[in-house]
Amino acid sequence: MSPGAPAGPASDLVGPAASDWETVVGLEVHCELKTVTKLFCGCPNSFGDEPDTNVCPVCLGLPGSLPVLNEQAVELAMRIGAALQAEVRPSTFHRKNYFYPDMPKDYQISQYDEPINVGGWLDLPDGSRVGIVRAHLEEDTGKTTHQGAGGRIHSADYALVDYNRAGVPLVEIVSEPDIRSAAQARTYAAELRAVLVATGASDGRMEEGSLRVDANVSVRRVGEQRFGTRCEIKNLNSLRSLARAVEHEAARQVAVLEAGGAVVQETRHWDEEAGRTIAMRSKEEAFDYRYFQEPDLVPLAPDAAWQERAAASIGLLPAARRHRLLALLGQDRTGAQEDQVQSVVDQGLDDFVVAAVSAGSPAPLALVRASNELAADVGAAQRLEPSSFAALCKLEASGELTATQAKAVLAELVEAGGGDPAAVARSKGFEAMSADSLAGVVAQVVEANPDEWRRYAAGDDKLAGFFTGQVMKVTGGKADGKAVAAELRGRREQQA
Amino acid sequence: MTSGRSAAALAAAVRAQERRAADVVEEALAAITAGDGELGAFLHVAAEEARAAAEAVDRAVADGRDPGPLAGVPVALKDNLCTRGMPTTCASRILDGWRPPYDATVVTRLRAAGAVIVGKTNMDEFAMGSSTENSAIRPTRNPRDSSRVPGGSSGGSAAAVAAGFVPVALGSDTGGSIRQPAAFCGTVGLKPTYGAVSRYGLVAFASSLDQIGPLTATVADAATMLEVIGGHDPADSTSIDRPAPRPALDAGADGLRVGLCRELVDGVAADVARQVRAAADALAAAGARVEEVSIPELGWCLSAYYLLAPAEASSNLARYDGVRYGLRKDGDDVAAMNVATRTAGFGPEVKRRIMLGTYALSAGYYDAYYAQGQKVRTRVIEAFDRAYRGVDLLLGATTPSTAFRLGERVDDPLAMYLSDVCTVPSNLAGHPAISVPFGTGDDGLPVGAQLLAPALEEPRLLAAAAVLEAAAR
Ligand SMILES: [Zn+2]
Repeated sequence: MSPGAPAGPASDLVGPAASDWETVVGLEVHCELKTVTKLFCGCPNSFGDEPDTNVCPVCLGLPGSLPVLNEQAVELAMRIGAALQAEVRPSTFHRKNYFYPDMPKDYQISQYDEPINVGGWLDLPDGSRVGIVRAHLEEDTGKTTHQGAGGRIHSADYALVDYNRAGVPLVEIVSEPDIRSAAQARTYAAELRAVLVATGASDGRMEEGSLRVDANVSVRRVGEQRFGTRCEIKNLNSLRSLARAVEHEAARQVAVLEAGGAVVQETRHWDEEAGRTIAMRSKEEAFDYRYFQEPDLVPLAPDAAWQERAAASIGLLPAARRHRLLALLGQDRTGAQEDQVQSVVDQGLDDFVVAAVSAGSPAPLALVRASNELAADVGAAQRLEPSSFAALCKLEASGELTATQAKAVLAELVEAGGGDPAAVARSKGFEAMSADSLAGVVAQVVEANPDEWRRYAAGDDKLAGFFTGQVMKVTGGKADGKAVAAELRGRREQQA
Repeated sequence: MTSGRSAAALAAAVRAQERRAADVVEEALAAITAGDGELGAFLHVAAEEARAAAEAVDRAVADGRDPGPLAGVPVALKDNLCTRGMPTTCASRILDGWRPPYDATVVTRLRAAGAVIVGKTNMDEFAMGSSTENSAIRPTRNPRDSSRVPGGSSGGSAAAVAAGFVPVALGSDTGGSIRQPAAFCGTVGLKPTYGAVSRYGLVAFASSLDQIGPLTATVADAATMLEVIGGHDPADSTSIDRPAPRPALDAGADGLRVGLCRELVDGVAADVARQVRAAADALAAAGARVEEVSIPELGWCLSAYYLLAPAEASSNLARYDGVRYGLRKDGDDVAAMNVATRTAGFGPEVKRRIMLGTYALSAGYYDAYYAQGQKVRTRVIEAFDRAYRGVDLLLGATTPSTAFRLGERVDDPLAMYLSDVCTVPSNLAGHPAISVPFGTGDDGLPVGAQLLAPALEEPRLLAAAAVLEAAAR
């Protein structure tokens, strides 16, 4: 099979031969840091602005300009290191030299043989552990858009480069080749993403390119100790692409080997639409990057106090966050609820659930609203005030809003980025009883049923149900049962 | 050059309202118009901007505000220093038409001190050369003898000062590019400690070696220029975090231990060596204790330099790819456009060094060349440190000969590279060094005596330089 030929369908793996092969995967995850400014200049680090508006002499690589390292990027890199149990070391920057139009200096400033974070591991929810080789700082490139003739690289009429992304800080997290399946690769990437979001280092938005994954994939016969020849798969911009690409690439390599061929070490591009990997360049044409230490920067050696501050400032990590939600659910939880916990934590929505439960709502209800309604638009949901969500859950829990009403109100809160759920409910005509009008209705019902009231006042609690029923009848079911009971008790105590 | 034309004297007269900055700048512009056609010191004369700046200085003085220590002083800038809105070409075709959107830190500081920028001076393309003949625009001639080169790469700045167009100019020194032309043209040339002057806005040749410094008519002016342009700059990570040194020029040389460095005297032309020994005698006469010292490691410096500097240059010059600014020659695809642009835009010496440097960094050669060069550099620093345990300053020649003739060495790159043999060690070590005119050679051309000091010892260096200057008169 030639390098450029399409991989066979995944179904090739099904059959007796497939079980003889083991997939080996190592991932390189590029994480854009959520800093205010770029890695080496004061330009805003901001996604989606007009092209070439967040640029200056430094990030455009103009002659004479010099880089100055962003402290916040170092801080976030150390947080990532702490979350991955890595060791922070004195580090240096190198130049990685190669020509590409979206790289303004025609070299990338990156850490090379002395990265800031060395070693570490990530424990996955399935109980497996993936080793971390390193997590180092480097600058992002600009973004090239090929124009004309369908926008394909080789047939484009011309290209436009947007340098807004040039110089955005990245941390590249390199795993050990400890991953053994497409599913595990996906789990690792999802867990890493959740960790990065939890540390405050990343917004985790794969769809905006904040997280980009390259996969090194090889296969070997089960029981074989040596690794097979690997291929690096680029352009994996979703968890789904990652899993599909690993699966297809492993199947392609198995097919090559079973046909008596040899896997060629090369870089391959994942074609999402065609569902296959395509050869980009082989090792023989690999670049010689001519690394040497960046003379415009000085070595980086964060002192112990700074390292400790960075480590102390990371928030709760996903494993702890899952544990927290599971504890709120208690022992009676269902498997479906455990899945909801996983997805809510992966999406960084678990703080909403915790806020709602703290405010008195039951955990299962808050979890359902978070994993269904908030998860429908995670980006928008993350801008919502947790207190707003908590208040909404309370209205639903107390019966003041029906489930349908609560969903409608929540959708509006998410869209507005916050607000008072009761006010939104009123504006939608879902109005609950106010305390005053409830008191009025109770008074009216008491007056109309003097005998029953005498018995209730004398201590016959069974009559509470009668009065609640009467109040519900008058209000058309809008009153909150608990509020009615409280009002009745209050009246009785006042009389006594 | 008389002291009446020194920057110090001009600034004093402007501050005292004895002279108008506007008149001073007109005088400089007139001298350039009259004399620079033959010399070719300037690539760009910014007459209108200079007049406006001079008027602003005069207004400030009239309003009772002090424009600063360089009030109304005309200054020329080597054309590798970025000047906002003013052409900055590094004497290369590849930067045709480029006008930086920003000022180099040294330019900002000069303006803030009241200096008037009169223009940009010629140089070897991207500062690669020792004669200014590698300028893609035109060569510069030596004002002392127009058949001779002014040295390089800051040849335009040295010629502009020597010709009396301006009292002070800025150059850059990667392997001797300030001191060598200063020696050839008979001016003072100071390479400060690496990190003492911000490189922000200096178009990089070899980043770990480049340093901006003044070429001046007097030692006192060099000291003033250093005070103005020096000091910490947060925009340059390699800038030393301390204020500019404040030299005490009248400190003299009494009690100073001066090492006459054999490696910086023995191999040079006899007439140059004779003047250097006379300089040693002058320092001794002023109370210095002069002894001969030997630092054999200095003999390795030129080879190490010609690995390290081109290696860094090959990376620094990659950005001239036709994509964003300067020259663009179209091609069928991006790679072809890159190649066409760089082929047309760079001169032969720049191409030679890019190839040398690319080779020195390549897989399989890195250890033998680049890494080896770095080891030599470490050894040279250690050797200097040892020498400075016994002496306060080192003395030697700046150049192996007086100014050579135009065309004499253009076809022999090795002979040209040897012009830097006495100056390169200070760049590798990051130490300050100064060239002071001291007598003439057999051909009547100026000889430069070079003083070298440990890092940040500019005050000591300048005090001794002032002693030599006085003795040379
Ligand atoms: Zn910028």
